[in-house]
Amino acid sequence: MQINPMEQFRVEPIIPLHIAGYDVSFTNQALVMCVVVAAISIFMFIAASGRKLVPSRTQSLAEISYEFVGDMIHSAAGEEGFKFFPFVFTIFFFVLFSNFFGLIPGVFTVTSQIAVTFALAMLVILAVIVTGFMRHGIGFLKLFVPHAPFALLILLVPIEVISFLTRPISLSVRLFANMLAGHTMLKVFAGFVIALGGAGGILTALSIAPMLLIIAITLLELLVAFLQAYVFAILTCIYLSEALHLHDQH
Amino acid sequence: MSVEAAKMIGAGLACIALVGAGAGIGNVFGSYLSGALRNPGAAAGQTTNLLLGFALCEATGLFGLVIALLILFAF
Repeated sequence: MQINPMEQFRVEPIIPLHIAGYDVSFTNQALVMCVVVAAISIFMFIAASGRKLVPSRTQSLAEISYEFVGDMIHSAAGEEGFKFFPFVFTIFFFVLFSNFFGLIPGVFTVTSQIAVTFALAMLVILAVIVTGFMRHGIGFLKLFVPHAPFALLILLVPIEVISFLTRPISLSVRLFANMLAGHTMLKVFAGFVIALGGAGGILTALSIAPMLLIIAITLLELLVAFLQAYVFAILTCIYLSEALHLHDQH
Repeated sequence: MSVEAAKMIGAGLACIALVGAGAGIGNVFGSYLSGALRNPGAAAGQTTNLLLGFALCEATGLFGLVIALLILFAF
């Protein structure tokens, strides 16, 4: 039996829809994204509905997540960064819930699609550029000119420009490749279980070993799912902080 | 050598990127630990930088994976 570990990433239309020659079908990916957004909204609505001084468990969960993102923005972007709180909070929770939902067996992983992560990364970079130009005007271009002697600047300015331009790529590829690699690895080991289980005799008994390994890797993937959401959000904060403060320390 | 075989070899070679990622991640956590053991008081404040360094390091290894996938499936 041949198992293709890449098959889980196939986007399948659920409700086929074509408008003006464009394929805008409602796919399994769109479905999971809707579920993710609904799950976050329901969680936050329930948590914020019965506001008490002594919080219930759900309410304190929401408060912890609020403080977590708040601390993250404060440490990376300073006091001024707080006007981006809704933006960073949304991105963090969307990525976090997408990663966690993807870990449920059989559920499509939204963040394993470069289209999704690149759209998120472009949104971040667009926010950075708009913020930078709104705040500093044309002076935002000083971001590409570090404090250095003129002779070095000839070398440094192109490097700064290239590093700025590759940010959306590295931001999106990091998340997408992590999810892709993790889920491919899980399915490859799942293939071992099936191959060993069908082999008969002593080999069937041995199939418990890759099974245990899958459980361990799933735990590791839970950590990675959280870590990647955290890294995505904190890099967003750092990029926004650079747009707000340029090279000055905040 | 057929194109198919060359693709496989190329994809395998792209995995050499993991050498750098492994050395880098080891360096990040090793340096953090040695620093944290010398000055445990300052350790808690550096976890953000630790995770950031880890993520930036890990990404370079994953770029190798992306190249391998591109070689295998895109061309």
